[in-house]
Amino acid sequence: MGYVAVRGGAAAIENAAQFSLVRRAGGDSNLLEPAQIRDQLHFAVDRVMGEGSLYAPDLAALAFKQAAGDTLEAAFILRAYRTTLPRLGYAEPIATDAMRLIRRISAAFKDIPGGQLLGPTSDYTLRLLNFDLQAESSARTREAVAQLFKDTAPLAPLPERFPKVVEMLRREGLLAPRPASSGKEEPLVDITRQALTFPAARSAQLQSLARGETGGMLALAYSNMRGYGSVHPVIGELRVGYLPVPYKNPVSGVVETIGEILVTEAEVISRIADDGGPAVFSLGYGLCFGHNETKAIAMAVLDRAIAATEPAAPSEDQEFVLTHVDGIESMGFCNHYKLPHYVTFQSELDRLRNIQAEETSARDPLS
Amino acid sequence: MTLSVPLEPMPPTADWRDRLPTEGDRYAYGFLDEGAKREIRRKLLKAVAIPGCQVAFGSREMPIARGWGTGGLQLTLALIGPQDVLKVIDQGADDSVNAVNIKRFVKRVTDAALTTDTAAATLIQTRHRIPEEPLRPHQVLVFQVPIPEPLRLVEPSERTTRRMHAEADYSRMWLYLYEDIVKFKAITVGARYPVMVNRRHLMDPSPIPRWDVPKLNRGEALLLFCAGREKRIYAVPPHTRVEPLAFEDFAFRVEAFDDRRCERCGATTTFLDEVVDDKTGRRVYSCSDTAFCDKIRRRGDRETPSPEEKRG
Repeated sequence: MGYVAVRGGAAAIENAAQFSLVRRAGGDSNLLEPAQIRDQLHFAVDRVMGEGSLYAPDLAALAFKQAAGDTLEAAFILRAYRTTLPRLGYAEPIATDAMRLIRRISAAFKDIPGGQLLGPTSDYTLRLLNFDLQAESSARTREAVAQLFKDTAPLAPLPERFPKVVEMLRREGLLAPRPASSGKEEPLVDITRQALTFPAARSAQLQSLARGETGGMLALAYSNMRGYGSVHPVIGELRVGYLPVPYKNPVSGVVETIGEILVTEAEVISRIADDGGPAVFSLGYGLCFGHNETKAIAMAVLDRAIAATEPAAPSEDQEFVLTHVDGIESMGFCNHYKLPHYVTFQSELDRLRNIQAEETSARDPLS
Repeated sequence: MTLSVPLEPMPPTADWRDRLPTEGDRYAYGFLDEGAKREIRRKLLKAVAIPGCQVAFGSREMPIARGWGTGGLQLTLALIGPQDVLKVIDQGADDSVNAVNIKRFVKRVTDAALTTDTAAATLIQTRHRIPEEPLRPHQVLVFQVPIPEPLRLVEPSERTTRRMHAEADYSRMWLYLYEDIVKFKAITVGARYPVMVNRRHLMDPSPIPRWDVPKLNRGEALLLFCAGREKRIYAVPPHTRVEPLAFEDFAFRVEAFDDRRCERCGATTTFLDEVVDDKTGRRVYSCSDTAFCDKIRRRGDRETPSPEEKRG
């Protein structure tokens, strides 16, 4: 007799691991090196770092390899590693105008102080399959890359700081003023150390979104842009670049730079729906690890959307957005339905049979 | 970049590293860092002090997925010590894949003793069942909880349900049950039946069948609940009054198995799994609690142990 299928666990788990190994590494092609993934699949690595909430390109590349290219799974592996690391402290606040830029654009103004920098983007390339990459010669590609820089004269050093576009609006009084500081700073909430409560502190809101899953955030932000919401975003500024991480030495008290992180930052401008006051723009802010413009823009739109005092759509409801954007949580819960549920289902069956039996006897009182 | 994890200086015994399997020593005893364990223990004290009340905690990410028992696992890892004997069940079974996976992980990071015998365990982690064998005072039962909020059925917002608990305002839950009776002449809640704890807090007992709900009332063991994804801990201390919601003229009822008995051990007083026989297409029943079933069988025919029993 077929005695309950999901038993005999240990051997089945071993076999599953072996099957997965064959699926990942059973082909004829060369095995991937994590360094190749880190350098050449950098968007995947950046996405995994952002959603895995750990800035570690080498480990993210390893996780991506281990997960055979499943970004949700790779981010999950990275998170599970991250959780074992002690929280030694918090970086000092970083002013992003000092970002070492590789890309910077504004959709709001044609000319911005410091200039627009297109940088590495596929925005204006035709998405035609490039068959040349099928049998790419390492030597020739390397040569081509070397040629690129051969005749390039070193530029005058870039300015230390690029002024923020939104600052121009702020100076003109077109931007909603920052909420008046009550003298005491809002305490920093770290959602990896305490559960999210509502209304969430701003630090907790931004942290939740920065760790969010790109696809999930995109869907929610898109619903808002498309009509289930009231954010009509204009990209004030989008930046991609490297930021130094300042950390205050707990012993000496001296602030030191402990490293550099690649981030994408989006500042989205949207008109505030008039509620009696003067018409002004307000700001939505997005920042995430690595180069991930879709996520940064979606985050900025959602940040602006959940500032609504009276949510009119799911994407404007703070609790709705913040509790559903985490990829590790949503993916885990979605997949848990694969676990056996036969006890709970038995319980449901009992109810349904009971109700149906009652209905039958009510219809046919003689039976 | 190095892969080694900075270890906290916290060996529970001098030779604990030697007893860990290879690779295990990359992780701290019990996987969680000491700060996390301390927080969980403190939140547990609060949960025990206010039976049935959900206490928020900074749930850590685990190497198993959210929804697969990360809450229960965190409690187990925060509580377990070298003297403990661990049993893990999933839907009543010790050898279900997820239970085995969790056991393997806890074993790897603690080297704890494992058992399938309910009576021998000091710590039992469970998903969706309470063992049939009555629990004793020295035992702790840890429930994996998917949705800790009993009011989620009637109210999606956490902000609102927190307020409802604070005011002990459970009218909408009562109304839900009442409307259920009006519509179906029955309360249609199958598993996850809402219970009132200590006459104060409405509590989700996790998706245990209604069959197990009476076992929550005035038990001898400490019952701990944890939802990893939703980041909540709650507890039912021993001898606490736990009552399923019911009306004076509409009693709470457990699942009816009529006169059916377990195909393997013959028991008529256990929660049964329904299985359709591959060959005959006949519906047959067997105990959901496999360890209990095995025990009865051993007691029943000591002389002729069946091959199935040797499965281990």
